[in-house]
Amino acid sequence: MTRTTAWWRYAILAAAALVFAFPFYFMVVGAFQQNPTNTPDEMFPREGWTLGNFTAIDSRIDLLGSLTNSLIFTAGVLLGTVTFGLLAGYALARLDFRGKSATWVLMMLVQMVPFQLLMIPLYVQITRSYGLGDTYLGMILPFLINTTAVFIFTQFFKALPKEIFEAARIDGASELRILRSVAVPMVRPALVTVVLVTFIGPWNEFLWPFLITKDTSLQPLAVSLANYISNVAQSTANPNGAILAGATALAFPVVILFLLFQRYFTASDIGAAVKG
Amino acid sequence: MADVATPPARTPSGSRAGGPDLRRRLRVLLGRHPIGTIFALPYMVFVALIFAYPLVFACYIAFHDYFFTAPGVEVERPFVGLANFIDVLTDPQVLESFRNTAVFLVINVPLTAVAALVLASALNAGIRWAAAFRVAFYVPYLTASVSLVGVWMLLFSSGGLVNSVLGPLAPDPSWLVNSALAMPSIALYVTWKQLGFYILLYLAALQNIPSELHESAATDGASALQRFRHVTIPGVRNATTLVLILAIITGANLFTEPYLLTNGGGPDGASLTPVLLIYQKGIQQQNPDTAAAMGMILVIIVGLLSLTANRLTREK
Repeated sequence: MTRTTAWWRYAILAAAALVFAFPFYFMVVGAFQQNPTNTPDEMFPREGWTLGNFTAIDSRIDLLGSLTNSLIFTAGVLLGTVTFGLLAGYALARLDFRGKSATWVLMMLVQMVPFQLLMIPLYVQITRSYGLGDTYLGMILPFLINTTAVFIFTQFFKALPKEIFEAARIDGASELRILRSVAVPMVRPALVTVVLVTFIGPWNEFLWPFLITKDTSLQPLAVSLANYISNVAQSTANPNGAILAGATALAFPVVILFLLFQRYFTASDIGAAVKG
Repeated sequence: MADVATPPARTPSGSRAGGPDLRRRLRVLLGRHPIGTIFALPYMVFVALIFAYPLVFACYIAFHDYFFTAPGVEVERPFVGLANFIDVLTDPQVLESFRNTAVFLVINVPLTAVAALVLASALNAGIRWAAAFRVAFYVPYLTASVSLVGVWMLLFSSGGLVNSVLGPLAPDPSWLVNSALAMPSIALYVTWKQLGFYILLYLAALQNIPSELHESAATDGASALQRFRHVTIPGVRNATTLVLILAIITGANLFTEPYLLTNGGGPDGASLTPVLLIYQKGIQQQNPDTAAAMGMILVIIVGLLSLTANRLTREK
């Protein structure tokens, strides 16, 4: 490889980065503008800054309430995934038990079953059979344990040297104790990766909570913002600004979380997660 | 798959005190750490309840005359054979939604594979600010589609920024309300939104190509373009298979974009997608049986497409 990097690499990357970043610039600037930019010469607005768009959308969809619902939905999924995912991942990586191969087969199946096929039966199950329509539990249940997260935990636990576990066992520690005091502290980066990977799913999810929540006071922000865009927007004074304000509120937490922790989030983790 | 269960290594158990025979038999029956079953149990129950059971249930619904009732009401739901499938396959709306998906895939899949590979290769060779570029490409993938759909709706509306930049070149009717452009616009949006993820997949694959291959090709006088064609592309073949299959699955799952961007699959059904139709038939029009049959047909088509993609990109 030559030491000087060809200029065309930078040209391609910079052009692409502009295409990727511009809609975000448009979103954030528009969210704080009385009249979001519609012509190129207003691209760098100097005046007309306002917080009015946030109050405007809040008056229609209860921004804080929806954000709280998103948070409850996401927290439930995270709690389930971390608790049960750690247990399953540890068992699959470090324990030899009856049903281990069956669990692996189940995991492959889960990765392959598409949501289109499950949508109708799950809807019938959750809303009709279990009566969980319009509840947080009904929202959380289909996402309760993230299979990708179980994979990530398993891979990280497998990478630890087995002598550590043997020593702990000889010392008489129970498996739960080993998991809590030995294994988990050694896989902190896996925890961060899992939280990031798991967080974006329920936080961004639209279709499922849209299907099972009719009660607007229970809807996560993605659902209430979608309702606003498709139904309410026409009857608002400055719908564009309000839409962008809502979009910013929904996008912000994930982007911040990612920027803070992005060094934990590497290409190889994603590859490992997807390939299993 | 990288890791399939390996059978437990059975060490010859030393016959010491306390019924070694029974202990060995228990080990054969339960494994060395029976507690593992308890640890994995919540996950197994979850998979059985949320994946395996609905999967079987979907088949049941699709082959029966199934309708919604109040909970606890016992009704007859007769077996109807292939009637639901025939209903689906003779429905012009369904065929239109499949045609629309074909338009989507023809634009999205090749564009995704090419753009992701080009950008990943540009990022791969010791470039400055590589992390910043990576973040820029990845952020749309992380962001909720509902947020970004709101942004694109405004950008591509008739009086929107894109048209005011294009001036006289702006299409009329505008992008999302033009029946020839609605689906291509959605395909472009989805390519843009998902690309960061595929770039990461390709980056991981590129890092596995030994740099000696590039170096020896360069010594032999291969140009950058020739090296890209003869070293890079064959080197990431497995990743390409994965990218194609995942892009096909994503395309077949489209719901949020046509629901919001084109107001429920408009104009005039030009961006109607199968999943949108499953929602309309199954939940809005209360025909879960046709919807389930449609889900099965869709999954079979996606499976066949994925298999084809796998065949085409496999090493000869």
